Amino acid sequence: MAKLNSEQLAWMIRRHGIEMTHLSGGGHIGAIMSVADIIAVLYSDVLKYKAQEPQWDGRDRFILSKGHAGASIYAALAENGFFDVDELKTHYQNGSRLSGHVSHHVPGVDFSTGSLGHGLSAGVGMAYALKKDNKKNRVFVVLGDGECNEGSVWEAALFANHFRLNNLVAVVDHNHMQSLDFNENTLEIENFSDKWKAFGWHVIEINGNDHNELKMAFKKTLENFSIVPHKPTVIIANTIKGFGVSFMQNDILWHYRFPHDGWEYDCAVNELHKKKPEGVNDPYTPNGIVNPTLPTKEDDINNNHTFSSTWYPSYPENMHRVTAKPGSDEQVHKTQGDLMK
Amino acid sequence: MRDTFVKTLIKLAKEDKNIELITGDLGFGVLKPFWEQLPNQFTNAGIAEQNMTTVAAGMALEGKTVFTYSIGNFPTLRCLEQIRNDCAYHNANVKIVCIGGGFVYGSLGMSHQATEDIAIMRALPNVVVMAPGDLVEAEEATKAIAKYKGTCYLRLGRGGEKRIHEKINDFQIGKAIEIRELSNYKGKKIVVLSTGAILDDTSEACEVLEKEGTAIAQYSFPTVKPIDKEIIKMCINKFDYIVTVEEHNIYGGFGSAVAETMASMDGIARLVSIGLNDIYCQQVGSQKFLRHQFKMDTEGILKTIRRLL
Repeated sequence: MAKLNSEQLAWMIRRHGIEMTHLSGGGHIGAIMSVADIIAVLYSDVLKYKAQEPQWDGRDRFILSKGHAGASIYAALAENGFFDVDELKTHYQNGSRLSGHVSHHVPGVDFSTGSLGHGLSAGVGMAYALKKDNKKNRVFVVLGDGECNEGSVWEAALFANHFRLNNLVAVVDHNHMQSLDFNENTLEIENFSDKWKAFGWHVIEINGNDHNELKMAFKKTLENFSIVPHKPTVIIANTIKGFGVSFMQNDILWHYRFPHDGWEYDCAVNELHKKKPEGVNDPYTPNGIVNPTLPTKEDDINNNHTFSSTWYPSYPENMHRVTAKPGSDEQVHKTQGDLMK
Repeated sequence: MRDTFVKTLIKLAKEDKNIELITGDLGFGVLKPFWEQLPNQFTNAGIAEQNMTTVAAGMALEGKTVFTYSIGNFPTLRCLEQIRNDCAYHNANVKIVCIGGGFVYGSLGMSHQATEDIAIMRALPNVVVMAPGDLVEAEEATKAIAKYKGTCYLRLGRGGEKRIHEKINDFQIGKAIEIRELSNYKGKKIVVLSTGAILDDTSEACEVLEKEGTAIAQYSFPTVKPIDKEIIKMCINKFDYIVTVEEHNIYGGFGSAVAETMASMDGIARLVSIGLNDIYCQQVGSQKFLRHQFKMDTEGILKTIRRLL
């Protein structure tokens, strides 16, 4: 099996993600789609690993701290030969080892996650121990932006800087949405880069759905790694929740909903097929779906499902602070100030 | 007990360079010998127990044996999920050390009293729970958990504990230690089981009763999990009463562990649990004072047992 390039792998992660959630009724497809490019570039261009020897001592350590996007890792591991691609279909099923949140009982997974705010600390511990032992492995942790509400993330950030863990790279999948709404309508986290800078980190902010920008950023982290007292690096990867399937984009509904039979599945698959890179084969629907079911006026599509869209407290402040059109690819969201201009 | 732990750990860490000690910014005047002698095996993680615990798990997964150190409920309840998901579930070689089990920090108030920690730690699969009774047990327990591969909880007193044992032969995780053999045989037969530093008050009470001619035997349980079922099985058939003593809530802790074991066995003994009766302590005072208030000091233990005779 030829190793997929990052664009090919990202497409496969998205295609597997649609199939896995479709078959299982599992959630979090929006997060799987937003993080797919980060994971793809890591597994195709950055991480050192041996699929036939998952515990190889020379491997880079990788932790998906936003464990709910576990399907993206399972897909990347299967496509890189850690286990059979066929096993992906068992995701969420009785007796499967592919739990909804990442499990270290799967070959290639270094650390189980699922409760937010743990992964960065674990990566910090690994990086610290590796550095103490003068080992040259690096540690990569992918976090969610909503996850950064957790105080323990910032405990870990303090520690990582204090001990100058230049062998640690955090990537925040900054899709600007969390469980019920946009970040800025939940707990404001902007200016996000400045917060990390204030914690002493080296910050690189990019478009996290752009492979060239991702590759450049990871290249820079390798340079930082060679400077001994250097600080840890965080890549703020601005992404779009649901990226790749337009009706899932910027719509919080798709944090929970899985692509159902009918227009949801058909349109998601066909939209992916329109952008299918050369050299990849769709194992489920090789030619896309002929005569797809299309949404009707009655279908719930491109509507605003954020909690603040129906929450109007009489609190003295306006709590509805940003918006982006559901179904759009707006990555920088309009703040209240922008809207008033 | 605290100093015994530190002394023992220094000895072990000098022999095994993989042993690491991380503190949550506590141990002033106590940990100094460790960081002076073993600076490369010491870390202060700051006042951030959640991160400390998962950092320990991450280090352990890279091959280290990591001791986390704090007081009261900070190394356990404050970071419980980190212990569960990151240490225990991964079978990480992390040893969680609590200074100040029970009422050690009594005067500091409820926040600093560790009175549910045994119950909570005992509920986690893959976690060994130890509460040594005196300095000798503390030393042996420290050595034993350093050797054990996996997550352990070590609940210690602070200082000033009496030495009860001269020495312990063949100390093992999961094995109770006999303190007092049955020497009188008249009347009701009582066996007293205790865990942790309340061994001193417990032993004093047993000694008085023994001198008075009561048929009494005594065991110390430095390990609460796995519990020593063999000793309990023996006791349940040989004695009329099993009395458990712990500086801890009577729910979920040592007494409960004994009760669970007894419930699955046939026997004659009835159980009497001495401990904190499912309340938070609102009173201020020394460990000695609070043990008295809650009837778990020598006098309280005596009163409870005399009522059984």
